[in-house]
Amino acid sequence: MLQEHAKIVDFISLAEGVTGRKKLQKMIYILKKMGVPFQEKYEFHIYGPYSEELTARIEELCDMGFLSEKLEDKGSYVQYNYSVTAEGVEFRDALGKSVLANSLQATKLNEKSSRFLELTATLLYFDHLERSEQIEKLHIVKGKLNFTEEEISQAFEFIEELAVLM
Amino acid sequence: MSYAAQKLAEEKVFKDPVHRYIHVRDQVIWDLINSREVQRLRRIKQLGTSYLVFHGAEHSRFNHSLGVYEIVRRIVDDIFHERPAWDESERLVVLCAALLHDLGHGPFSHSFEKVFHVDHEEFTREILLGDTEVNGILLKVAADFPKKVAEVIAKTYPNKQVVSLISSQIDADRMDYLQRDAYYTGVSYGHFDMERILRVMRPVEDQVVIKSSGMHAVEDYIMSRYQMYWQVYFHPVARSAEVILRKILQRAKELSESGYKFEQPPTHFMAFFNRSFNLKDYLALDEGVLMTYFQLWMTERDPILSDLSDRFVNRRLFQYVDFDPGKDYRKLGELSQLFRKAGIDPDYYLIDDSTSDLPYDFYRPGEEEERLPIHLLMPTNEIKELSRSSQIVDAISGKRRTDYKLYFPAELLIDGKKKAVKQQILQMLREGGV
Repeated sequence: MLQEHAKIVDFISLAEGVTGRKKLQKMIYILKKMGVPFQEKYEFHIYGPYSEELTARIEELCDMGFLSEKLEDKGSYVQYNYSVTAEGVEFRDALGKSVLANSLQATKLNEKSSRFLELTATLLYFDHLERSEQIEKLHIVKGKLNFTEEEISQAFEFIEELAVLM
Repeated sequence: MSYAAQKLAEEKVFKDPVHRYIHVRDQVIWDLINSREVQRLRRIKQLGTSYLVFHGAEHSRFNHSLGVYEIVRRIVDDIFHERPAWDESERLVVLCAALLHDLGHGPFSHSFEKVFHVDHEEFTREILLGDTEVNGILLKVAADFPKKVAEVIAKTYPNKQVVSLISSQIDADRMDYLQRDAYYTGVSYGHFDMERILRVMRPVEDQVVIKSSGMHAVEDYIMSRYQMYWQVYFHPVARSAEVILRKILQRAKELSESGYKFEQPPTHFMAFFNRSFNLKDYLALDEGVLMTYFQLWMTERDPILSDLSDRFVNRRLFQYVDFDPGKDYRKLGELSQLFRKAGIDPDYYLIDDSTSDLPYDFYRPGEEEERLPIHLLMPTNEIKELSRSSQIVDAISGKRRTDYKLYFPAELLIDGKKKAVKQQILQMLREGGV
């Protein structure tokens, strides 16, 4: 009961807060693909893997008072920043162990830009394909973002780096 | 003439209560409708367990699939036709994707997917690309055509306008199900001026936008969506039936895993219990099959499986109370222990349920590049997110709405045994102390 909520609180706590919903979406997706048992269902959207279930869960956690949400108006859009409240820490502690094998997974992900995480998440979405097809698919679905070869190599290296921490 | 271009000698029409008529001229579409995999959708209800609350809601995914096809057909044949920003060569792929977008849904698919960890989108892909009648028909169009249709449905197709028509914040899928579900449930919400929305849709670069003159029709659509979520999709009694359904499947799976001998072998489920299922196993299931098992399980020796099955078949649903996890998550643990003391297994009879557990969502403008919002095309050709222009949409999309319920079998708590502890449980539930 509420274990799935507690996993999200735990992740945001280990990451010491997250700036941006898009970034949060991609980080949870990447961890899920690497075998961390997050249960939120993801689908592919224009901007890469996205989970409506995660969005709803985050809203619930804010509503419960376990997450604090701060909105920053950026002109044409709003950016959401999340941190764990003192009540959230108690909730997390009461509901059991972390699902992350290593807290570095959270901090390493959080150090990356949302562009880089979008690239990594999209490559992982197509990880059933050969690497060349994965890259080809990335350019088809993310043509406008013009990811460079260097960025793509860094993303593959990052996936390997995270895998070691699993 | 190529198969892709073949037209029927005479147009076929389906009488439809939502769109009046559904028109079919393309041979490919006609053949797909008559395939086994599309016909299977007649045996899967669009609204799952909602028929236990709204008795009219027995409509199937087949009706809905035809409806989505018809909306897309009207858009591409009447609205987008000959617009320079629209690529006419995409017509057939988008029509096929519209008709086939729900092909992988299984019986009571939301609960089934949760318990057996399957994904209907993955099955849609397998049906399109595997050894099926649908695949055979699509292959007759072109060798890469099944893959193209699968990519549109998976939202990874290069032409984003095509994807947007099937899957976006204002797509043919939602426009059909809102109106269809409203019609069959009999509620007065869910109606909006779809004709007006279709007339103001425009293909622009890599998306489909709405001319700002149509903003009020879109406001009406957003309001309908909002009302339908609260009045139909999140209905607490329908959620009670869904909770029981999930628990039946979970119990049967756990019994099988523990070596329990069923009186009637659950042949259709074995591959799912063993996680060795393939497409053939999945396609052999429909809601008729599941309901037959639920009937059989009503007389199983296992008291939990038989009780839950009886509850579902005979609509003896769980009661519910509002629950505030922010304040009361610790009390939920206490309540669980009391259930055990009372001899009632809380894993099956004390269930918390929240709106994030449901497969429906509100309109949220979201953050930049989080998810594509509804965009208005202003007279200056500028593109603007809907809630930035509409006060109504801003008002309802900015508010957080969540709902938590705790479900339990009220009558088991008032029978004679272990009275004191049951009284304690009832008091906690009545006081809203959980």
